[in-house]
Amino acid sequence: MRDKISSSPVLSVVSKILFAPIIIFGLYVQFHGDYGPGGGFQAGVIVAAAFILYSMIFGLSKGETLVPIMINRYLMCVGVLLYAGVGIVSIFLDGMYLDYNVLSSDPSTGQHIGIILVELGVGITVATVMIALYHSFASFGEINE
Amino acid sequence: MNFLLINFFLISLLLVTTFFIFKTTSLISVVALTGAFTLLCSAIYVNLDAVDVAFTEAAVGSGISTILMVMAAAKLPEGKKNKLINLFPSIILAVAISLILIIIITNLPLLGDPNAPIHLHVVPEYLKESKDFFHIPNVVTNILASYRGFDTLGETIVIFTAGLGVIALLTSNTLNRKTNFKKNKKNER
Repeated sequence: MRDKISSSPVLSVVSKILFAPIIIFGLYVQFHGDYGPGGGFQAGVIVAAAFILYSMIFGLSKGETLVPIMINRYLMCVGVLLYAGVGIVSIFLDGMYLDYNVLSSDPSTGQHIGIILVELGVGITVATVMIALYHSFASFGEINE
Repeated sequence: MNFLLINFFLISLLLVTTFFIFKTTSLISVVALTGAFTLLCSAIYVNLDAVDVAFTEAAVGSGISTILMVMAAAKLPEGKKNKLINLFPSIILAVAISLILIIIITNLPLLGDPNAPIHLHVVPEYLKESKDFFHIPNVVTNILASYRGFDTLGETIVIFTAGLGVIALLTSNTLNRKTNFKKNKKNER
């Protein structure tokens, strides 16, 4: 699993072409979630799918250089902390926990900011957890001495 | 009428897929068929106008989980073909569960009934005030991130914890530590 799955040029060319559009679609789903279907969960999975496709086609080692394991683990925590941090910030601004009204002078704008930040936190956590799941499944069984 | 026809078509496809999932013995084909099953489910959700749920089902159910299952199946040793030894208990269980489900289905409110309990509780309030207050057209996002912010925080933490658990169990570092531990024990002896 650490090596390439296949050396077929079709697969590598197609995945190179698809990589950027998949990530752009994920970002669209992430930030357009307020206006259409979508949101953090779906966007995270879509972005993770791009990285998983990359490490499936080009091998796990290249995937790990693209997304280093430790950075991936830190980002897992960053997502949850971003979500919880929005709640803490609203406590410091004399609101309740996760009360987005106080994030801006206009309650409606505050809700907008809060929802976008919270969805971003969800997206980061979901994407990095999916990549971590794939990497641990794919590297399972090999013991690095 | 169109709605009913499409629903009928999709549900009969679901039945066909289920039949083939039951019949195949190869693990990889079962994984692929399960992916097709969830994709059909998401088509049914689109038909029911639940686009957000359909999106999640298509991305998570038929996308990522199929990949993860393929990875897990590739790691498994090639086992013997699955023989169904004693069908009797499972048949009784299946019949009992389907009887219970059929009894429950007869008590459910009709599809789209405006007087169903789910449409009378907090949903009308959310639908009425959310657009004027948030200026965000997607009510699902409002409910998910704002009205039910705590629940979504909990869900995120659940995903995070699941990831932590898998990393702790499967990463080669832990395996290394285990082998080192065994080696140390041997050395002590």
